[in-house]
Amino acid sequence: MFFDREYFVKKTETLAAIVGHTTISFIEHLGVFGLFLANCMHVLLTKKLKIEKIIEQVNSIGVGSLGIIILTGSFAGMVFALQSYIGFQRVGGEQYIGAVVALGMIRELGPVLTALMTIGRAGSAIAAELGSMQITEQIDALKTLRINIFQYLVIPRILASAISLPLLALFSMICGILGGYFICVHILSLNPQDYTTSIKTYVELSDIMGGVIKSMFFGFILGCVSTYKGIFTHGGARGVGISTTQAVVISSISTLAANYMLTKILENL
Amino acid sequence: MFSQPSIIIKNLYKQFGNISVTKGVNLEVPFGKMTILLGRSGEGKSVLLKQIVGLISPTSGSIIIEGVDITTLSEDELETHFISVGYVFQFAALLDSLTVFENIGITLIENDVSEQQILKIVKEKLALVHLDESLLSRYPGEISGGQKKRVGVARTLVSEPKIIFYDEPTTGLDPITAGAIRELIFSMQKESKERTTVVVSHDLELLQYADYAALLHDGKIQFFGPASEVFESNNPYIYQFVRGLQEGPIK
Repeated sequence: MFFDREYFVKKTETLAAIVGHTTISFIEHLGVFGLFLANCMHVLLTKKLKIEKIIEQVNSIGVGSLGIIILTGSFAGMVFALQSYIGFQRVGGEQYIGAVVALGMIRELGPVLTALMTIGRAGSAIAAELGSMQITEQIDALKTLRINIFQYLVIPRILASAISLPLLALFSMICGILGGYFICVHILSLNPQDYTTSIKTYVELSDIMGGVIKSMFFGFILGCVSTYKGIFTHGGARGVGISTTQAVVISSISTLAANYMLTKILENL
Repeated sequence: MFSQPSIIIKNLYKQFGNISVTKGVNLEVPFGKMTILLGRSGEGKSVLLKQIVGLISPTSGSIIIEGVDITTLSEDELETHFISVGYVFQFAALLDSLTVFENIGITLIENDVSEQQILKIVKEKLALVHLDESLLSRYPGEISGGQKKRVGVARTLVSEPKIIFYDEPTTGLDPITAGAIRELIFSMQKESKERTTVVVSHDLELLQYADYAALLHDGKIQFFGPASEVFESNNPYIYQFVRGLQEGPIK
């Protein structure tokens, strides 16, 4: 028999069940995340926040990530300059390399690269820290001590991420432009004047503002997803590992998707 | 049997997916007394305790603490409810990024109490649990299991709770430290006549300090009575449990 109807129906049912279960689970998670965000907003508007807690987190998320941001930003700018040189040399447009590197770093590479690197370093750390606190009942202990966990743990991390990322992105942009300058002037022996003049001519304040605004959103995504995944950790040490991985994956994908949408929105403004 | 209950639990059910943990718990915890909740490992004693404290929502039923049904309270209202309740966790649940001083005084620190006042209160509570002041600057990772439990008790005492819950306070401790913790729980209970203590444990030694005992099995309270009568009771569940018999209704 070529077509086993029963087998086919069974397989279809299984497939439908998987799709249905996944969809329900996704919507459920989305709902819980929505409530989590609503709670964050409620606490942000109604409770007093401690500045020192936010500064502490800015230090951990921002200052702690500065080293890797400087390194990645510099190398990104260097590679970008090198690749641009190959193309521009063919059409005789070497004098525009500075502007291309600067615009690329300011509008795209700086904010996105910074977000992805910070997600890997600080986002994973946030999810792992809160996840460990959850499985060792430290979060429950805070609740019984009448300490609002959103006020004490979640909001300072979200705000610190939203503050740190634009600053880190600025560092990344500067380092990328300087890296590009180093390659163009000292390795490719191009005219330094051409590099700087093209930047001054073609880069506008709105480009920088766009990059900074994007980074702020990326920081918000990082903070929200990482704290959410950390707070809702369950299942022991394995659960912490899963939460940490999910925090990094979801934050990274959300950042890239948000990057497209924000670019589109900012373009129309 | 006793003057007035401090906690009234009515028909409490808790399900995790298809698994029922509490299957209609009914219990009245007497005011100003120490009650020990006995039961085998995995019977759901801690789950029951967490429901009473408000950390886990029950599937159905009610938990009335000092006249208020906490199952109907919102998150914010629950925060207020925690004022009168203290919970000592099984593994102390100290915040490992904070020092012993910060752990004990965390509620005061978060409420912007002056540093001098915090130090005074923290030292006072530390003395109550018989710990040395030299521990104040140490982190939880640098102190022993017994010391952690004492710090956990001290942290709970800061808010002067009317009801204290202890979750397996002597589990995993050597006999001498366990004995010291039992004495500590007893002295904390004696400190105030207004204080109600609930201890979840399978440590039978605690019976000599307790006023009442309850036994949880199969998601229900199978025995409740004065702790002094536990060994004389003919209730088949408690009879089997305290004697450690293999034969009986507890499988």
